[in-house]
Amino acid sequence: MSSPAHRPPMARPMSFVWTRRIVLTLLGIFAALPVYVMLSTSLKPLQDVTEKFHWFPHRLTLRPYVDIWHTVPLARYFVNSIIVSAAATGLSVAVAIFAAYAVSRYRFKGKRVFTITVLSTQMFPGILFLLPLFLIFVNIGNVTGIALYGSRAGLIITYLTFSLPFSIWMLAGYMDSIPRGLDEAALVDGCGPLGALFRVVIPAAVPGIVAVAVYAFMTAWSEVLFASVMTNDTTRTLAVGLRGYSTQYDVYWNQVMAASLVVSVPVVAGFLLLQRYLVTGLTAGAVK
Amino acid sequence: MAVPTGTTAPSRGEGQGPRPGSGRVREPRRTLKVGRGAVPYLLVLPALLLELLIHLVPMVVGIVMSFKELTQFYIRNWSQAPWKGLGNYRVAVDFHGAIGEALLRSFGITCAFTVLAVGLSWLFGTAAAILMQDAFRGRGFLRALFMTPYALPVYASVIIWAFMLQHDNGLVNHVLHDQLHLSSKPAFWLIGDNSFVSLVVVSVWRNWPFALLILMAGMQNIPDELYEASAIDGAGVWQQIRRITLPSLRPINQVLVLVLFLWTFNDFNVPAAGDLISIHIYQASFLTWNFGSGSAMSVLLLLFLLVVTSVYLALTSMKRRSHV
Repeated sequence: MSSPAHRPPMARPMSFVWTRRIVLTLLGIFAALPVYVMLSTSLKPLQDVTEKFHWFPHRLTLRPYVDIWHTVPLARYFVNSIIVSAAATGLSVAVAIFAAYAVSRYRFKGKRVFTITVLSTQMFPGILFLLPLFLIFVNIGNVTGIALYGSRAGLIITYLTFSLPFSIWMLAGYMDSIPRGLDEAALVDGCGPLGALFRVVIPAAVPGIVAVAVYAFMTAWSEVLFASVMTNDTTRTLAVGLRGYSTQYDVYWNQVMAASLVVSVPVVAGFLLLQRYLVTGLTAGAVK
Repeated sequence: MAVPTGTTAPSRGEGQGPRPGSGRVREPRRTLKVGRGAVPYLLVLPALLLELLIHLVPMVVGIVMSFKELTQFYIRNWSQAPWKGLGNYRVAVDFHGAIGEALLRSFGITCAFTVLAVGLSWLFGTAAAILMQDAFRGRGFLRALFMTPYALPVYASVIIWAFMLQHDNGLVNHVLHDQLHLSSKPAFWLIGDNSFVSLVVVSVWRNWPFALLILMAGMQNIPDELYEASAIDGAGVWQQIRRITLPSLRPINQVLVLVLFLWTFNDFNVPAAGDLISIHIYQASFLTWNFGSGSAMSVLLLLFLLVVTSVYLALTSMKRRSHV
């Protein structure tokens, strides 16, 4: 991870160096332990995970990684999660770019009200609008025939609004850091506002856009509450589907861990690869 | 729930004063068909419509529902449910009744949980961010490791911790009981009194990297000259942390603590049976099928969060002005 090492190396007193070693080691163990448990459990046969916990697997097996695809229709959940998360991310980023451009570059009546309203929606407890939203979706379906309840479309528009406020806020901050002279030059050259946005502002805002895209994808990939109410058998996402590994009598812990690992790898890898964009985006815009 | 980053609206809003470049909007544009005053409104329109559909209208519906007697008999046809006035609210805040008493208990547990979880997350994040300011061997690896719990999908974290906290085959009891012999018999971590500890630990595990991420970004905005000047004046590293790093982070901490607070208070994804308020209301609604009562509780929760947020922002902004 290339991190901006902006502080020049300095001679630090031993007290500082030892505090650093001890504290970071403890935090490292705290962070790594559950990840290790996930990995090691996923490589054990079922008998070995139902009895006493062992630090190291006696018998290594890759069987759970084969079984996870048969115990529940994991591939279908995977496809659903990918479609829903990718669509929600794309739409959320597009909508956020337009709104952030307006907030960053225009003065208009109601701007303050708009930003405060959009941002304060993040305060709403999910349970307050879970049931009403469900009823609204059902009613829209009855009146117009557009199936939002139980469909991926309903989940997509729900998720895109979850990441929208943060995305607008962060992108507007990021665009504020792009010199205004750039898009003014484009306007003078005869571009409309949209031309200036697409030819100048968006290319300059790529790090910020990557950052909000990562955030939006993670938000959609992880959401549980709405996924459990708004989906049916064919549209179920991973967040709900992973419950299928526990039956009434038993939990297939090794398979649960293997499946957790498999569904986590895409987001964790993506996040770790792109986190420097997140830091850049936050530094330039939001955290000023 | 999504990350509640919301509440920084005032600080953003205040930065929106007149700008040198904003005059250009009024210049005539050949390519512009719509009236030029409409452009910003068209740009925010999609965002506004979506927020209306998914958040604001359902919230209003939720508030309406809280005044109705919305039990299972009316759920198919909820607009026909009889009005109940403030009845649902009266039941929810009647702390001598069973429902009100349970709600108050859950609220108290949630408050204690939030204070502990946010405090520890902030402390861990701050300590790690400060200690990782210098470049040293393995820093990149450590940062990736620290970020992993935050990047993991919430449901995966919950599953892993639920397994670690199992009574018979979990890692926690294996270490505490079998290896360290700290308890006379294996404890239950997912139910009973211990579950509170589990909730706090898991919440901190998931959220402290977020504090680290934000604080690391914030520290990059502290000018190097401040450190250099203080080093010339003979300040040691501990003094620099106290006099430069921590005060410079105050504005970020204002936002960070608030975000962590809202996030933790509304937390729904937990491995243990902990009676947190969100779960309490969910169960009150869906187990008894009394959605009017559940909505009333949700509205009360929202009011509480609104009041806390406003008071917090007012207090911290005041303090910030008097300090700067």
